[in-house]
Amino acid sequence: MDLNTILQVLDSTVRLGTPLLLMCLAGLFSERAGIVDIGLEGKALVAAFFSAAIAYSTGSLMLGLLAGILSSLVLSLIHGVASITFRGNQLISGVALNFLASGLTVLIAQDWFGQGGRTPSLGDVRFHELTLPFAEALRPVPVIGPIYYDLISGHSILVYVAFLCVPVTWWVLYRTRFGLRLRAVGENPAAVDTAGISVVRLRFSAIIIAGVLCGLAGSYLATALQAGFVKEMTAGRGYIALAALIFAKWRPWYALSATMLFGLLQAVALRYQNIDLGGFIIPVQFMNALPYILTIVILAGFVGAANPPRAGGDPYVKER
Amino acid sequence: MTDSAPAIELKGISKAFGPVQANKDISIRVMPGTIHGIIGENGAGKSTLMSILYGFYKADAGEIWINGKKTAITDSQSAIAAGIGMVFQHFKLVENFSVVENVILGAEDGAFLRPSIAKARKSLKKLADEYELSVDPDALIEHLSVGHQQRVEILKALYREADILILDEPTGVLTPAEADHLFRILDNLRKEGKTIILITHKLREIMEITDTVSVMRRSEMTATVKTSETSPEHLAELMVGRKVLLRVDKVPATPGETVLSVKDLRVIDDKGVERVKGISFDIRAGEILGIAGVAGNGQSEVMNVLGGIMDATGTITMNGKPVPLSGKAADGQSRRAIGIAHVPEDRQREGLIMEFTAWENTVFGYHLDPQWQSGPLMNNAAIQKEAAGKMQRFDVRPPDPNLKAKNFSGGNQQKVVLAREIERNPDLLLVGQPTRGVDIGAIEFIHQEIVRLRDQGKAILLVSVELDEIMSLSDRIAVMFDGKVMGFREPATTDERELGLMMAGISGEPGTEDWKAVDENLTALEHGETPTHG
Repeated sequence: MDLNTILQVLDSTVRLGTPLLLMCLAGLFSERAGIVDIGLEGKALVAAFFSAAIAYSTGSLMLGLLAGILSSLVLSLIHGVASITFRGNQLISGVALNFLASGLTVLIAQDWFGQGGRTPSLGDVRFHELTLPFAEALRPVPVIGPIYYDLISGHSILVYVAFLCVPVTWWVLYRTRFGLRLRAVGENPAAVDTAGISVVRLRFSAIIIAGVLCGLAGSYLATALQAGFVKEMTAGRGYIALAALIFAKWRPWYALSATMLFGLLQAVALRYQNIDLGGFIIPVQFMNALPYILTIVILAGFVGAANPPRAGGDPYVKER
Repeated sequence: MTDSAPAIELKGISKAFGPVQANKDISIRVMPGTIHGIIGENGAGKSTLMSILYGFYKADAGEIWINGKKTAITDSQSAIAAGIGMVFQHFKLVENFSVVENVILGAEDGAFLRPSIAKARKSLKKLADEYELSVDPDALIEHLSVGHQQRVEILKALYREADILILDEPTGVLTPAEADHLFRILDNLRKEGKTIILITHKLREIMEITDTVSVMRRSEMTATVKTSETSPEHLAELMVGRKVLLRVDKVPATPGETVLSVKDLRVIDDKGVERVKGISFDIRAGEILGIAGVAGNGQSEVMNVLGGIMDATGTITMNGKPVPLSGKAADGQSRRAIGIAHVPEDRQREGLIMEFTAWENTVFGYHLDPQWQSGPLMNNAAIQKEAAGKMQRFDVRPPDPNLKAKNFSGGNQQKVVLAREIERNPDLLLVGQPTRGVDIGAIEFIHQEIVRLRDQGKAILLVSVELDEIMSLSDRIAVMFDGKVMGFREPATTDERELGLMMAGISGEPGTEDWKAVDENLTALEHGETPTHG
């Protein structure tokens, strides 16, 4: 394997890992606040559809992105009302949203565009790859040149945004008042309540952040990675992101590593299909299943304990 | 004092939860710089009243006056702003946060943490020096002892510059030494002019530290008196509404044959930690053996082994026959078959199924007995009839077998468990924390039942963290520390101080080298220092 092949695989790792990263950070915000968010998939899916649909209809990429984020936010707020305001079961609410998203996107797509549940191709109205400064100039330099030109440069703006979100998330979580309170409300909401802070408001803030990040993830899928919406285009990425979140033990930097690892697995599976290891063939299905297998391994405690936020999944009720 | 306004004045506070009236027209005045006790049975409405003062609940009617000004307390934030701090019975701490993070939560200076933490560190150090409240600011809460966690709660309140501190049952989880330390802290706070409200159901604490005391009974405030002008007996009567026997009334034991004999018992828990390190004891018929000790020193494991819940090694004989300690024959079912009945320490998790009715709860463990079977089905009618009788005999209130276990008060839940176990007429009764969370009236009844069983010639093993209870019920006392028995004592020839030291791991017979150290430590304790010898 030469440097070029490695760079190509890594390049597609970044492309495939980016939506996972955004969704994983979305899940991180909401689960750190004590709201289990199994609806990442559904939120990204509506965002993918609406970003593509609006971008196609208006010809404006920015309006598309905005529509994607807004649609994801609406689903987030439904989840919030169901699980925070009315203290419903968070898993059920999340699953319901996934079903809603899966049906609604195809239905509306068929009604609007009549192309079998997809949007027409966006053509040129999509996020283009950016060439970072000096990329061309550095290109001839051995090793560093190709790494900079092929791997670091040449992605859409959303990829850089996603990567920037990692240190920002870390900083918000561990260095700000909001982060302290957010982590506290996911561990012991009663402590937050008795300290005179509104549990409901904090949890809604977390869920709104999650909605925005899922919106970015979905829009990236439909307007950057691909050029348009197709039915079920999230393809289980929301669940892989949740697996990555557990793998990452609910921490931002670990989330980056976990999602890039899972991205790498997808990139390898995509490029090599069935991998031949000297007569023994690893089927592509195994590669696709690997993220889930790794998660089970983590959950079984083989790689250290993964302790979720303690109040995760519990609606907060003042004791009586 | 007429020259200053009361620090706290509540006027006509009422609060209902659905159909249940928790507080009825309650008024109270607390002067600044005093410790005011609120005493009452469980469910009398003490905690509700204080939660209203702290803004955790909203009163249906009534006014709150702080330092002579009418103050609207709508949520915890406004209570904090009015200078009120509260230490809840169940701490409100974030377990995997450090002490300093818990302290600043909700009281941060600005949006960024660094300056807040630096400031909190400084003032924690100052508070620690001022009030004997030292805690490592960087320790995680989950690594702290319960006593230290409580200090963090007090520090939280003081950091928010609270002048009024409410403590809800603060000593329930503390060792005697930790409780003494807490009272010293409270005394220091009083000297600094802070006003303290102490909620408790322990009469001794009221007598020891408060200046004035209010008694609550059935959602109403029945009396407010000066502590110096009252007595424990009088307070107990006010609480319960009738005369209460505070001492257990019992004749000396007349022990017979050895019923249970335990030799070199060792227990290793799931994590591979040795919890019980080779202990031996006998219990004879007609005798109560009390095991004293701070929670977590192996008492629970001894109970669980005898009750068939945990495996162990060693030898146990019951009425002369060996009892298996591991394998299939070592379960609760076979223990019951040889005459061991078990009243578990945690009645809500191990003694009862809270969502099930009282009558169902009265047969658990014995539900396979032939008398309750009717072909392949259970004879529910017979069980219900029997349950009604049991509830009558054990004075369970309300005597309704169809009520769910969770709807009874703590004392009445315990009576249901006791009725189930005692009425089987066991040779050996294991009783863990029989009166934890039980009100005074019911404590009296439960103690009488245990003594009655002893007088019928049964053997009883009592485990309790309440030294009072151990002292007044037991005929012999074994003190456990770190999985070992530190020694046996008889209540007539020992006192709480000696037992307290043994509970802290200081053993030895009077006159020996070890015992000199004990004497030194006793002197140290009198001077308010911590024992150095362990």
